[in-house]
Amino acid sequence: MSTAAKRPGLLARVVRRPSGAAAIGWLVLLTAATAGASFTAPRGPLEQDLGHVLAGPSGGHLLGTDNLGRDLLSRLLFGGRSTLLAVAESLLVYLVIGTVLGLASGYLGGWVDWLVTRTADLMFALPGIIIVLVVLSVFPGNLHAAMITFGVLGSPGLIRILRSQTLGIREELYVAAAKVAGLTRSQILRRHVLPRMTSMVIVQAALFSAIVVTIQAGLGFLGLGAQPPDPSWGGLVADASQNIDRDPWMLVPAGIPLVITVIALGLLGDAIRDAAIEGWSVSKMAAPPGRTVPAPRSAEDAVAPVEGSIEPDARALLSVRNLSVEIGGIPVVQGVSFDVMAGETLGVVGESGCGKSVTALGVLGLVPGGGRVAGGQVVFDGVDLAGSPAELARVRGSGIAYVSQEPMVALDPTFPVGRQLAEAVRRHSRADRRTTRAAAHRRVIELLTMVNIPDPEAVAGRYPHQLSGGMAQRVAIALALAGDPKLLIADEPTTALDVTVQAEILTLLRGLQAETGMAVLIVTHDWGVVADLCHRSVVMYAGQVVEQADVESMFTLPLHPYTAGLLAANPHLAGGGEPLPTIPGTVPAPRDWPQGCRFAARCSRVTDACAAAPVALTRPVPDRLTRCVHSQQLLVEGTPR
Amino acid sequence: MTPQTILDIQDLTVEFRQGRRTAPFRAVDSVSLTIAAGETVGLVGESGSGKSTIGRAVLGLNPVRSGRIHFEGADITSARPGVRRELSARLQVVFQDPYSSLNPARTIGRTLAEPLLVHRKIGAAETAERVTEMLARVGMPADTANRYPGQFSGGQRQRIAIARALMLSPRLVICDEPVSALDLSIQAQVMNLLADLQSELSLSYLFIAHDLPVVRHLSHRIVVLYRGQVMESGPADDVYADPVHPYTQALLAAVPEPDPRVQRARRADKEAAGATVLSTQPPAATGCAFAHRCPHAIDICHSLRPELLPVPGGEASGGGRTAACHRAADLHPLTVPAHSGITGEEVPCSGNE
Ligand SMILES: Nc1ncnc2c1ncn2[C@@H]1O[C@H](COP(=O)(O)OP(=O)(O)OP(=O)(O)O)[C@@H](O)[C@H]1O
Ligand code: SF4
Ligand code: SF4
Ligand SMILES: [Mg+2]
Repeated sequence: MSTAAKRPGLLARVVRRPSGAAAIGWLVLLTAATAGASFTAPRGPLEQDLGHVLAGPSGGHLLGTDNLGRDLLSRLLFGGRSTLLAVAESLLVYLVIGTVLGLASGYLGGWVDWLVTRTADLMFALPGIIIVLVVLSVFPGNLHAAMITFGVLGSPGLIRILRSQTLGIREELYVAAAKVAGLTRSQILRRHVLPRMTSMVIVQAALFSAIVVTIQAGLGFLGLGAQPPDPSWGGLVADASQNIDRDPWMLVPAGIPLVITVIALGLLGDAIRDAAIEGWSVSKMAAPPGRTVPAPRSAEDAVAPVEGSIEPDARALLSVRNLSVEIGGIPVVQGVSFDVMAGETLGVVGESGCGKSVTALGVLGLVPGGGRVAGGQVVFDGVDLAGSPAELARVRGSGIAYVSQEPMVALDPTFPVGRQLAEAVRRHSRADRRTTRAAAHRRVIELLTMVNIPDPEAVAGRYPHQLSGGMAQRVAIALALAGDPKLLIADEPTTALDVTVQAEILTLLRGLQAETGMAVLIVTHDWGVVADLCHRSVVMYAGQVVEQADVESMFTLPLHPYTAGLLAANPHLAGGGEPLPTIPGTVPAPRDWPQGCRFAARCSRVTDACAAAPVALTRPVPDRLTRCVHSQQLLVEGTPR
Repeated sequence: MTPQTILDIQDLTVEFRQGRRTAPFRAVDSVSLTIAAGETVGLVGESGSGKSTIGRAVLGLNPVRSGRIHFEGADITSARPGVRRELSARLQVVFQDPYSSLNPARTIGRTLAEPLLVHRKIGAAETAERVTEMLARVGMPADTANRYPGQFSGGQRQRIAIARALMLSPRLVICDEPVSALDLSIQAQVMNLLADLQSELSLSYLFIAHDLPVVRHLSHRIVVLYRGQVMESGPADDVYADPVHPYTQALLAAVPEPDPRVQRARRADKEAAGATVLSTQPPAATGCAFAHRCPHAIDICHSLRPELLPVPGGEASGGGRTAACHRAADLHPLTVPAHSGITGEEVPCSGNE
């Protein structure tokens, strides 16, 4: 990993955005100028220059004067003080009440939560501005009271947001780990919960400030804030509107700063939100900024074809040739070729990140993450599917079915499973609707029986969430079978299940295959599943096929060091007590793929020849393929297992 | 309780409330187990069997309904936060999910330093030194400390989580499925690391996993759990090689053998043996927890809950084997039974261990 270790702080990241920089610039300038109005203002706020009444901008009065000849710039700056104070007062109240109660309610739960949420709901329903007006009528002219009240009335919004955030974070394992580490409740809140929310709090604070500025100006406009002749922004607008027919210009200095300030606070909120996430959410896949995507290598580089394997195999049900897939412009699968014969089961093995799932989905033209099939042929039943959306749509579901690791993804939570199955059955049969309603139901029950669901009539009426993981996977398989597919693509269909349930699903798949004669392409990382189910197997590493063989030969004599390493690193085989054989290191990310053998960094047999140039797939013995410079050596020596 | 017993759980029961009306759900049902110094006890069982709940109860993260938990001789069943804080130096945890167990917004260095801040008031330089040392020990480069979790793979994160658990030199580490989310080759790396650390630092582990071969590889003793109850326990190799309880047998038989020839033979055997009972059968409320799936169930299994008793003949194979099955003796005599098991009656009670 070569990304820079030190990251700029939140402020630096906000300032790097143009909108953030502009907003911060304006707010800092405004704060400094108004706070130090006694120094920055050219005149006193009440100083009258009766010679220039209602004058436009001039050298003496940069922003002009009002009806009493007072300098507008000075009044603006002095008036800004009360705005600043108002924002500070209500913001402080808003933040203290909002964070304390929001965190407490979310983290402590129980009666605290009950009380806080009820009170917050109640306050939310109150008309804020009316309450403020009531307060002002009780304490006439007391803007402090009004602003503090407004802060209190605004806090339920913050409470709600922080509460729901805290609820989520409370369940995170790192909070459990911190508890185990002995951190006190307040330490956990301070170190783990609050920091996750700082940006959220700042964003809310910025938006709330914008509201306070408007409200404060509104009160000033109504004459409820600072009493004349004291300046305030709202008062300036009121003055300007009174003189609008005599001096329209006055509205500009009175109104524009107000509008800009409100907009700046909004922009600041947005900039912080974006910058905060950028800080730590560095996906491993994303190329670091400034790095260029490696140029796609030439076709021969990507895959040196073994004689005879270039043309799709006409005898195969599915014949994939030179399939390449790109995600975000980066190749993640390159030059993958394999065949699946009718009735055969082919396993695709490899560690995560090797491109197994992307290959399986690429066959269906469903590349995740906005990627695309960049090249190659996918010939199914004599028709090339790659680059032919119409053919793909025809084949998906009926010719080729797909089952994923997560059965719930395939099932719609809002409908009973029977209805979903019936819909699939009808879609595939395309027969007359009226006659098929009963027939479809019969077929649904038949499908559920096929996947060994006890009491299929009852299960058909259930919703997906009422099924256990194993049942849901059975239903997902039934759904896949609805169109009588010739090929079933199963991506880790048993990984999320318990072993006993996995064994049942594997038995089920075997049985179904024997019954229907469909071919299966199964993606897995479990050698046990390969041994149990597959006839042949393809091993993938870093986006390429590195070995292909019938299962028995692969297990007895792997011809690629990666296959050998994967087979050996299996706790099923090692005795207790002794260390397990491992493959050091990890799979390189697509952007880190080396020119030469992609496994070189982890290979115990590596020599200079390996890293020199891309390694071609070769056929050291009939019907077996391997991508290793030293495959002959492996063939002779064998791999000790 | 022998002096070197680190953890002693007696009759632990954990219940979760599920709404106002319905009775609470019993996730752990009077489970007893002990862990000696330097020992690894493996806890296996399928999803929802209560494995994690036991671990979390020991850590004080779950409420305990009844039962006692002793750690290094002291009762920690309902330890107050102050006591827990003390404990945390000696009792640590590694969670299953390497993605949510590290705070994504904090650097690794800050995460690792955290336990030190709680327990020892040591300087920044010393803290940094300890962090680097621990990272090196789990095989991570020193510059790891300045990075964020988002920049590491699952296996690397799991190493980091292990480093965090070891910062204070604990005596017992609860490993809740530490390798389940990892690839085979990475899983082997982490398992070897755990084994190395154990012998270097004389740690004890409560090793929780759903994969019997994984558990067997690291554990000295295995406890098999089903629906919150202990089905069988004993020395790891014995339980693995010769399971007594029908559930343990089912669990083992379900693991596909990573060898096509062996697996084919096993399949043939299974098919010859006839129909197995599918997991889709609904469970019964009384009797043996496994009765609804047990191919050997007889009448008594549905009405009377079997006790966890020493396996007859178990002494011969080194001792310490227990099973909760009415038919343990007649279904699976470990030695030639002196008294032939009487089907349908309780196995002779041979008292406590
Ligand atoms: N906080 C909780 N509230 C309610 N029920 C819970 C809670 N935690 C666990 N359970 C329930 O307790 C039972 C046991 O859960 P536990 O997590 O201990 O199982 P497990 O053996 O660790 O399973 P897995 O292999 O899936 O991790 C499950 O049915 C689970 O739904
Ligand atoms: S080509 Fe070399 S580095 Fe690559 S797998 Fe073969 S021996 Fe190992
Ligand atoms: S007690 Fe009966 S049902 Fe339970 S495991 Fe033993 S034989 Fe099977
Ligand atoms: Mg668990």
